[in-house]
Amino acid sequence: MSEPTPATRSIVIERTMPHPPEKIWRALTRAELIGEWLMENDFEARAGATFTFRTKPRGNWNGIVQCEVTVFEPPTRLVYKWKGGTVQNAAPGSALDSAVEWTLTRVAGGTRVRMEHSGFRPQNESAYTTMSGGWPRVLERLENIAAERA
Amino acid sequence: MTAATNALFKTLADPTRRSLFERLCREGEQTVWRLTRHARISQPAVSKHLAALKAAGLVRDRRDGRETHYRAEPQALTPLVDWMGFYSAFWRDRFDRLENLLQRMDQR
Repeated sequence: MSEPTPATRSIVIERTMPHPPEKIWRALTRAELIGEWLMENDFEARAGATFTFRTKPRGNWNGIVQCEVTVFEPPTRLVYKWKGGTVQNAAPGSALDSAVEWTLTRVAGGTRVRMEHSGFRPQNESAYTTMSGGWPRVLERLENIAAERA
Repeated sequence: MTAATNALFKTLADPTRRSLFERLCREGEQTVWRLTRHARISQPAVSKHLAALKAAGLVRDRRDGRETHYRAEPQALTPLVDWMGFYSAFWRDRFDRLENLLQRMDQR
């Protein structure tokens, strides 16, 4: 019998902001504005465009996110693929193959902003919860040491 | 959890092994002899732990005459990276920055 594919999980953040959708759309889709709040990037405002986000490397992650715009519907819906992880290490679970979806809905007094980052595999969740305490801290420390030496 | 991730957790669950691995991460390549001096166990015991770390891909060894040198392979930890925990904090912070930017755009 083959193992069932584990379901993926999402991070969802929703906030109402006192600004019109058009203005928020600009902040989400203009490279220089995106750079001011998210990450340095070479975003292109069209469906099918590939681009990268760049940030400080963290642990064994090189800080580069490979993206591709899959949905571009001004000023309400924007989706891009979000792939990260280390290229030099093909170990299972090291890569993140996910997607980020933005939905802007006009509401009284502003815009409901919803972000869903989906595609997280629950690979080490059970390990974190069943191992007796301190695992995340130990790993964080090891990652920091590794980063310092990188 | 994959078999590889399981093996990593099992290997690092032992405190002696973890401290050997952390020492190699922190101080770079070392001989078994030097590692033994710092550990409170015998040299054969240190070698046994190093063999377990090697089997899990966490260290690499190199023969040099009669000495064996070990060094850490910290990228073996990558499967344990908690992306979801990382991005939960990341996006909350970025939402704050987005709101801040939107306010500044008003003043432009």
